[in-house]
Amino acid sequence: MRLSVQTDPFDLGAESNAFAAAQTVAGAVVTFTGLVRDNGGTLAAMEIEHYPGMTERAIRAIMDQAVARWSLEDALVIHRHGRLVAQEPIMMVATAARHRADAFAAAEFLMDYLKSRAPFWKKEIGADGAEWVAAKDADEVALTRW
Amino acid sequence: MIDVLYFAWVRERIGLPRERLETSAVTVAAFVEELRAREERYEAAFADLSSLRVALDQELADFDAPLAGVREVAFFPPMTGG
Repeated sequence: MRLSVQTDPFDLGAESNAFAAAQTVAGAVVTFTGLVRDNGGTLAAMEIEHYPGMTERAIRAIMDQAVARWSLEDALVIHRHGRLVAQEPIMMVATAARHRADAFAAAEFLMDYLKSRAPFWKKEIGADGAEWVAAKDADEVALTRW
Repeated sequence: MIDVLYFAWVRERIGLPRERLETSAVTVAAFVEELRAREERYEAAFADLSSLRVALDQELADFDAPLAGVREVAFFPPMTGG
């Protein structure tokens, strides 16, 4: 299980390959990657702030839950902070399980919890100023299915 | 003394990322009332508790949670990770 909270970009292909290559008994690997979205075509940059210490602690707790609940063989979370531009990868999740249903479910669970329980805050920097991204009610509702 | 941390727009409204404060408040809610009484910028940041979250020693908590033994309290808006 690996967690990295970093400012540097990551290589999605290299990370996915290394994660899959490290498996010994898993028959399924699921990966998800989140990109910086430019909703209105006016995004100059996205700044991601986080709470050092709590971020790692919160994500590890979420990963521990996922591993236990879906009997995962392995899990990976990479989440960036700092200044990013449109279409750059922000974060990725990978899960490995014996069968795909567990790998898919655990990846969705990790994403739902990372959205609203890991202490990151996004700020969109546009031509006309900067605005903090508001949390969506739907993100909170998504947690109730778990 | 307690370390108080602010993130995102809470940090911007108050104008600093962290400070050390003396408090005798029993709960987080009582501590927030002390902060609001300090200055206008705190009043502005803490006007609507429903738009705020709190963590005690880096664990999410409720505003009615006790403050006894806590070393670090953090205030921030709902998180937007992922």
